[in-house]
Amino acid sequence: MAEIKVDCRGETCPVPLVETRKALRKAKEGDIVEVIGTHPASKKEIPMAVKALGLELIDVQEEGGMWKIKIRK
Amino acid sequence: MAGKVTIIVHSGDMDKVYSAFIVANGALAMGMEASLFFTFWGLQRLKKGELEKGPLSKMNMLGLGKWMVKRRMKKAGAASLERLLQDFHELGGKILACDMTMQIMGIKKEDLRDDLISDYCAVGTYIDEAKESTITLFI
Repeated sequence: MAEIKVDCRGETCPVPLVETRKALRKAKEGDIVEVIGTHPASKKEIPMAVKALGLELIDVQEEGGMWKIKIRK
Repeated sequence: MAGKVTIIVHSGDMDKVYSAFIVANGALAMGMEASLFFTFWGLQRLKKGELEKGPLSKMNMLGLGKWMVKRRMKKAGAASLERLLQDFHELGGKILACDMTMQIMGIKKEDLRDDLISDYCAVGTYIDEAKESTITLFI
């Protein structure tokens, strides 16, 4: 199972959400997608998208203005 | 797919076209379907090389206002309209072009970015798309 990294640091609406979706579309079932970014609203909204897509949110962390979200497809 | 968004893109103003693509891309990112129906001034933006050419809807000031807003957008890390369009396409969004606008404004298929357009159609197609949509907007 692969771990796919998506770097959205410095990007704003709607790019982190869109890049997360693009990575999830390409991922295979069981793969982990890890997104890092700095856009504040995306930290809340990526988990909303994960729920809407029926996928598993593994972890959300934030440190020094940068968040990291892990999703399992 | 959980629902669908259908948007009429009537305005060709840069900021409004941004709104349309941001909403549509957000919907696609959250697992919905999205269709954009380009008509009137909005359709001008689908001409080759015209996507970023729209004025600002307010305080354009012969392009000075637009230039200032664009500069601030760049600083904020905002994506270009071209990138939003490519993302929209990649995530399976559908672009519809109004054929009456084409007739009225003398726009030919070869003037438009035909590779990105799913269909050339009229109000019937919009209604057909909108009636099964959970969100529909006119921008």
